[in-house]
Parts: sequence; structure tokens; C-alpha cells
Amino acid sequence: MSHDLEVIDLVRDFGSFRAVDHVGFEVEKGSFFSILGPSGCGKTTLLRMIAGFLEPTSGDILIRGRSVLGVPPNQRPVNLIFQHLSLFPMMDVKENIAFGLKRRKMPQPEIDRRVESILERVGLPGYGGKKVQQLSGGQKQRIAIARALVLEPSILLLDEPLGALDLKLREQMKIELKKLQQEVGTTFVYITHDQSEALVMSDQVAVMNRGHFEQIDTPKNLYKHPKTAFVAGFIGENNAFDARVISTDPLRVRLGNGLEFATRSRGELAANADCRLFLRPESIVIEPPPEMTMNRFNLKVKNVLFDGANTKLLGNLELDDGSLAEEIQVALPQDHRFDYIQPGDTVPVGVVEEACLCFPQEGGGG
Amino acid sequence: MGRHVRWSLYVFMAPVLLWLLLLIVIPHIDLLVMSLKSENDYGDLVWSLDNYRTFFEEKIYWLTFVRTAIYAILTTVLTFLITFPVAFYITKVVKVKYSGFLTILLLVPFWVSEMVRIYGWMILLRESGVFNHFLLWLGIIDQPIEMLYNDVSMVMGLVYTTMLFMVVPLISSLEGLDDGLIEAAYDLGASKWVIFTRIVIPYIMPGIVSGSIVVFMLTLGNYLTPNLMGGKNSLWFTEQIYNQFIASFNWNQGAAFGFLLLLLSSLIIWVGLKISGQDLKRALT
Repeated sequence: MSHDLEVIDLVRDFGSFRAVDHVGFEVEKGSFFSILGPSGCGKTTLLRMIAGFLEPTSGDILIRGRSVLGVPPNQRPVNLIFQHLSLFPMMDVKENIAFGLKRRKMPQPEIDRRVESILERVGLPGYGGKKVQQLSGGQKQRIAIARALVLEPSILLLDEPLGALDLKLREQMKIELKKLQQEVGTTFVYITHDQSEALVMSDQVAVMNRGHFEQIDTPKNLYKHPKTAFVAGFIGENNAFDARVISTDPLRVRLGNGLEFATRSRGELAANADCRLFLRPESIVIEPPPEMTMNRFNLKVKNVLFDGANTKLLGNLELDDGSLAEEIQVALPQDHRFDYIQPGDTVPVGVVEEACLCFPQEGGGG
Repeated sequence: MGRHVRWSLYVFMAPVLLWLLLLIVIPHIDLLVMSLKSENDYGDLVWSLDNYRTFFEEKIYWLTFVRTAIYAILTTVLTFLITFPVAFYITKVVKVKYSGFLTILLLVPFWVSEMVRIYGWMILLRESGVFNHFLLWLGIIDQPIEMLYNDVSMVMGLVYTTMLFMVVPLISSLEGLDDGLIEAAYDLGASKWVIFTRIVIPYIMPGIVSGSIVVFMLTLGNYLTPNLMGGKNSLWFTEQIYNQFIASFNWNQGAAFGFLLLLLSSLIIWVGLKISGQDLKRALT
């Protein structure tokens, strides 16, 4: 497989602050690659270096095998979709899209043909004469993408382009973007802080935190097999608890209040080490069948958090003496089996060892 | 309720309306009437267009006007060329925390009256002035040069006195220009020149138009600067008006010149707006 983009050991400092810290990755031709991270993790800085607006402190960026260091943005074979789209307000839709083609001194009939064909491709045929101010949020989005795609870049960079849209439209655009990317086959590098955007659209996702990549993997693997505590906490919903290792073989950990869990782990865990335990709300079984081997507890329900298909129970685990321990969220199955559960009820819950994941405490505590 | 609102509206509008009526509308009507009258052979004031005819028949008058208009246009263009880089630097290049400070630095000289500022320039430029002393001391010249009383120093003075009225609208329209637009154009393959001509200039056009109108009108109607820095040879149209009123004591002729200045300058602005494809309403809002 050939790589459209290779980033090699990239570093960028702002004064004494290291925004991007030895980041390296490859993006396969024609794939949808996302960089996911909380705001301020350095993802925009990384993207601006690829686009050419910032020069790296050290490291290299290869686009289709050729280093682009020192090449200004207007000569790089990449285009960037800006967070606020930045359509030119003094031009109509057609002039916006033709802007880049005109810079390449393409003959006018050819420009007209390409503009019309890209408008069709993004599903807005005949919109050429409209003013930018007449477009809706989703239409602006598509015009911004058309304006970049018409230049047939090696890579299309997208800087949280859905951030300014409302929720409903964002859900819709997410699916459309994915479809569009599959149709045109251009390599997309997408940055976002919204995990659902990254998981739904991407072939590969890099989770970024404090300037470095925590894990690069498929969305499914990130969810199922997080490699670090940060990824486990950031991707999907999770109940997270501080715990201490009480035995290493088999691995058992104890929470602050005395509850004990059999769990699998990632990373080396010594006896007595501090660690962090993650339990996904959907991996916790309500009223588990008695023959299963699992960590079993009673849950005192405090509240039912109704959210349609995503409804959860909020409650506390109970200690043997009936006193309340850690607060936990448990997903309700969608078959209405447990609709009778009310706040105040106590229900048996369980979680199998394989669904528990324990990480060494960050900062090397213990 | 409706009556109440209307009353308060009149109360608050009254000073403005009185101001407009008493100090602008009535004097102008008086001037208009005056300009349409001239003495006949018996020395009686009668209705006539003679005053206006004089302007077009006497070469000196309309040539002075043409000269004034050309220099006013030149001043406007020069003011834009000089202030645009300054406004761009303040809004887009320098760190945000310094831009307010730099804007104030621009405003400070305008706290001093125009007269004082022009005298300042005269102290620098006159034959026994600072520049001449300096050049003599350096040995570049061996006799002082008269730097005042020519067209170059006059235009320089005019540019200097009107700069503020160009730089403020430019700064405010450049502030509205999202840096993302510049970066997007750069990303789409535009050179710096294309970004300047296709993105920046069209975006700030309303600011350029309103600044240009103000600078042009102020320059055209300026009396002090052409008189002091251009001297006797400045031949500014306002001096012709002054001469009619004060020297010749021909108020009717002066009033006609005043109205011609108003009409012709409005005409030039209208033509300018048509050529640049701009809208007066958009430029002023």
C-alpha cells in the first residue's frame, strides 16, 4: 500500500511549550484518517504544519513520498477546509469554487465544466450563481469541500468543519462526508474533538493527547482494545475508578471502599500498585444468569437517565454490609426488559473479567 | 401612548432639527438666492445666471477648479497608498495587544489643531528651517533651499492633515476581515498579489470608499493648508471663493462659486462611485 502522507518524528515548539511532541504516522492512499483529541492537544498545530502554515521545529512531512518542508501553502498538493469554512463573501458560489482553478491559469470553459461537475458531485447542481450568504450551514459546508476538491489535492485536510453546525445537521453531514470521501477516493485527514465524528467516519483514528499520539488504530480497536488509560477514558463512555492491585495472578484489584474485581490489564501491574479500572456501562449485565462466572454486585438505583436508545441507570454499588460504595452508570438493554426498575430499587449486576480493563496509574504512582 | 412617544421624539429631535435648519438649510438658501442675483447696468440687484456664466467663461476660474479637483484626487490616492500598509500592519501583522496602542499613536497628532500642525511643517521646511540647517550641517547643500510654497509640499501637507480620515475606516474594515479568508486563499494557491487584489481589496472596498469620500471632500474644501504651504501660487478653488467674498466684496459671485464647488464635487464623487461600482449607502454603513 502506498502512503499519501507520512509524518516522521514531528516536533513543534512555541517558546518553551511543546505543542506537537515527536508525532509520526502514515496515511494510506484513499483512506479517511482522523486525529481525535481534546482541545489544546496540538491537533490544529499538526494540521497547520501539514497544510504549510507552520514550519515544524524538527521532523519531516512527506506527501506522496516527497518532503514538503519549506514549500508554502499555495504550492502544496494539499487543501484545508477551515473550521469556519472561510468562503469568500464577495464572490458567488461559482467564483468561490473557480478561485483555485483560476490561479492555475486554466482556460475558462474548462473551469466552467469542472465547477459544474463538482457541484453535482456534492449534490448542489445549479447553485453556481447563488451568493454565499444565501446558503444554509450544510450547503456552505459542501461548497467549502467542493472548492478544495475541485483542485484534486493529494490530501484534503479538514479542521473540525462540523463544529459550527447544530446537532441534527452534524449527524447528517457526518454520514454525507463519509459517503463523499468514498466516492471521490481522496485521502481525508480530519481533526476533531468529537469522538463520534471520528469513529463513524474514519478508517483509522489517532488519539492525540498533550502533543503526542496515544494510539493509532481502527475505530473498533480503539473502542475494544484501548492501549492507554487516556484512550479508554476518551473513547466511548466509561466508568473509571481508582484501585489498588491485591494479587497479580490471577489479577484482582480493590476499589477504595473494598469492592474487589477480577480484571484483565494493559501494562505491567505489580502487587500493591495503584491502578485505574475501567468498566463500560454497556458491559455491565443486569440480573446476570447465576451460572456465569463474573464479578457480582448489588446496585442501588438512584436515577434512571432516560435518553432514548441510550438510557442508563445511575446508582451506587453496595458493599456486603449494605452501605453504598462507588457511583456507576449501567446501560439499559433496549428490549424494555428492565423498564420496571425504579429509583430506590436494588438490582443484582455483574461484569465478566474480560470486560474489565485496568491500567497502571499515570505518573507511575505506587 | 402613541401621542406620548411622538412628543418625546420631537423633544429629542428638536436640537438637531434646529441646528440643521438655522445653521445649514437657511444660510444655504440665502446663499443660493444670492448666487442667482447680480447687478444690472443700473447697479440694481436682479435675478440672473451671470455669476455662474462667469465661472465657465473666465478660464482662470474653472481651470483653478480643475486643478483643485485633480490635486484632491491625487491627495486621496496618495493618502490611501500611505495609510493602507499602516492599517494592514496594525490590524493583521502586529500582535493584538499592541494594535490598540498603535491606533492611539496615530490619533494623538490629531488632538492638535490643523493650523498648529501645518505651522510645525513650516518650521521644518522653510528656508531657515530645521531640514535646511541639517542638510547644510551635513554639507549636502551649501545654500538653503526653499522647500515651502510648491505643489509637492502642499500635497504632502494635505495628505498629512487628512490621513486620519482614511486610516480609521480602513482599520475598522480590515478588522472585520477574517484571517481565515486570507489563509484559505493562500491554501487554494493564490499568490500574495492575488490575495491582495481579489480578497483584501474587495472586502474592504466600503471602507476605502467612505475614507476616500471624506478625504476628497475635506481636501477640496480645505483653505488653510493650500494657503499656508502652497503660498500665493497654490491656486486653490477655496481661495477664489475667499477672494470674491473678502477681497472683491462680490458676495453674489462668491456664493455662486460656493454652490459650484458643492455641485461639482458631488458630481465627481458620483462618477467615482459609478466607476468603482460601489454604492454610497453601503459605503456609509
